[in-house]
Order: sequence, then structure tokens, then C-alpha cells
Amino acid sequence: MGVDRRKFLKLAGVSAALGLGGATGFQLLRPGALDAAERMPTPYQMVFPKEHGAAEIMPNPKRLQGRRWGMVVDMRKLTPASARAAIEACNYYHNVPQIPGKQNIKWIWTAPYVNVFPETENPWADPDIKNAQFIVMCNHCDNPPCVRVCPTKATFQREDGIVMMDMHRCIGCRFCMAGCPYGSRSFNFRDPRPFIKKEYPDYPTRTRGVVEKCNFCAERLAVGKLPACAEASGGAMVFGDVDDAGSELRQLLRKRYSIRRKPNLGTSPQVYYLV
Amino acid sequence: MYDKGKIITGLVIFLAIFTYPLWSNMGKAAPVPKPELPPKSVATQCIADTQYMRTSHMTLLNTWRDDVVRMADRVYVSASGKSYNMSLTNTCLECHSDKVKFCDQCHNYLAVAPFCWDCHLVPKPKEKK
Repeated sequence: MGVDRRKFLKLAGVSAALGLGGATGFQLLRPGALDAAERMPTPYQMVFPKEHGAAEIMPNPKRLQGRRWGMVVDMRKLTPASARAAIEACNYYHNVPQIPGKQNIKWIWTAPYVNVFPETENPWADPDIKNAQFIVMCNHCDNPPCVRVCPTKATFQREDGIVMMDMHRCIGCRFCMAGCPYGSRSFNFRDPRPFIKKEYPDYPTRTRGVVEKCNFCAERLAVGKLPACAEASGGAMVFGDVDDAGSELRQLLRKRYSIRRKPNLGTSPQVYYLV
Repeated sequence: MYDKGKIITGLVIFLAIFTYPLWSNMGKAAPVPKPELPPKSVATQCIADTQYMRTSHMTLLNTWRDDVVRMADRVYVSASGKSYNMSLTNTCLECHSDKVKFCDQCHNYLAVAPFCWDCHLVPKPKEKK
């Protein structure tokens, strides 16, 4: 006896209906059954089991808190000397190596107007501005392209806007360097340690094969200090909360005309230049 | 059996070479590592009990890493209520100041090579006064 198509489909349909509505279906949809995942121990409970004394992890009470960190660079106050002081402070506090040639690592550096603001090219602009050396760093964009392209989430955006690097996760693919329109990222083509003038013991170095950039001194904010460049620049660089209308940074932005780098790209950089 | 002599000689030589690591190391068991604890004047207790630190310090350090980098939580309160700054170089190695006499003891014994030190600095051993 053969099974014709009609019979086969009927049989298949009935068994499928029975299967779905059967014991398994009811068990799966029983209230609370799918919530089991929520009752799993949290990572902390697994890492710090009770018998070893439940430990607590919390932020440093002295930390600086902001809703959205940003930086203002006052080009009237920024002199070559204060720019150098800021750069040297940053390089020291973050163990940034100085490698001769194209493989240098840059967190913060100076560049001429024409390179910093290429879209506002104007042959008759104020020569004071045109010939000035602007201090540039990671813009900690609101919409950071580097974060979007990172395949391992090694670079990510914190709630307070800082675009951070987790060096432990970086695989050195350099997508972020291709994504960043500001050239703020550098790749460690070689072991940076021999090129560090003086090691700062409180901050790690990097290793060969990872990308690095400015982190808005997240490690200093966490202990209640201002970023190293802002501290060393003698008032030319002001760090603050962009979201706080009463902050010194917002007052400066209200009073003076400010420009940002390549705003038409839609990255919304958070480093403002008062010109 | 053809070439009996050659085959048996070959087998004996093969076995001798194959088992070389076994019999050459016989009676030469590596000594059990004895990591040197910091003197009592520096610290009398670690951030968690010894058994936990011995088996799970790497898990703890991984959690610290994620908390510090991702969550910006940098203070660890131990079961005894003491607060610590979560830092490998500045907290762990503050007490365990000699990496060679502490970390490397077990790591070398177990032939593990954690790459922490590629980036994290090892403080120079303090000179004894």
C-alpha cells in the first residue's frame, strides 16, 4: 500500500500540531520556565563565591563625574610652549613612545590649520589663525566611526562619552584607523617599550600589535584629577561637561566663536576650538 | 621474516628515542614551587583567602580588568572590609614586590606564560636598606 501525497500531508500536519501542542510545548511555555536565565548567578557571584567572602566592587568616590565630557582649546591662549607642555605631560603620563619615522605613536600633537580644518580653506583668513599650530587629539565623537567598525568591541563609548580602548581585546586589525577621519589612532608596529623615555609606573605601556589613542585621561578622571594636557596647558585647554550648562566649558562656548573638525562628517566631535 | 635484524634494531632505536624524555628525567622531579610571600611587616593578608587566590587569581584579575576598563569601577572592598585600588602593578605587586620570587615560581613550574607583563610594568625590586 502506498501513501499518496494527500494522505502524507494530512499525517504530517496532524503530527506537527500534536508536537507543538504536546507536553514539550506546554512545559516550555509554562510561566517562569524561560526566566531561568535571569536566575543564573551573576558573574560576581561566580567569581567571588560566598565562602571566600562576597567582595564588593565600586567606583572611586573621589572620581570626577560628568554626563558628557568635552574639551575646549582656546587658540588665543595656546602658545607653542603650552602646547609642548601639554604634549609632554600626556606622553609621560601614558608611556607614549617616541619612535622616529612613520611608525610613531601619537596621542596628542600639533598640526597646521590647513590640515586640521581642510574644509574651511580660505586663502585670506586671519594669518594668526592660518599660521597657528593647532593642538589635536582624539575628538571623542558622539557618533564615533571607530567604535562602529571595531570587530571585537575593543574600542567602545562610555556613558560619559569617552571613546575608550580596551587593549586586552584589540586584535590589531586597524579598521578603526581606517574609520577615524582625524588620524587620531596609531598602531604599534613594534614593541614600544624601548622608545619610552621615562616609564611612568602608574600606567601600563602597550604591546606590539595594538592600536592606541587618547583616552581623555579616563584613569585620571577616575581618581579625581583633570586630564594631563588640560592641567599642563596653563588654561589654554579646558576640560568639562558639555551637558552641564553651568560649566566653564559651556560658558566659553557661549561667549566665543568655536569650530570643530570636519563637522560635515556627522561624527559630532567633542573637542572645540575657540578661534 | 625478512630483514629481522634490521627491523628489530630499528624498533629498539625508535623506542629508545621515543621514551628518552621519560627515562632521562627519571628521579629528577622539579621541586614544588615555593612562592615567597611578602614579609609580615608589609602585609599579613591578601585581598581574599589563600586557597581562592591560588586557584582563581586569574579569574579575579580578568574581572578587575573588565571592571576598570569598561565600568570605571576601580575600588575593591575585600571581605575584611578593606578597600583596594584595583591595579595589578600598583596593588598586587605593591606587596608581592618581587615578581621573580612570587609570580614566576608557579608560572614557570606549570609552564604558563601569561602576557600581562607585555604591557603592565613590573616595578623594580626595592633596594634593601
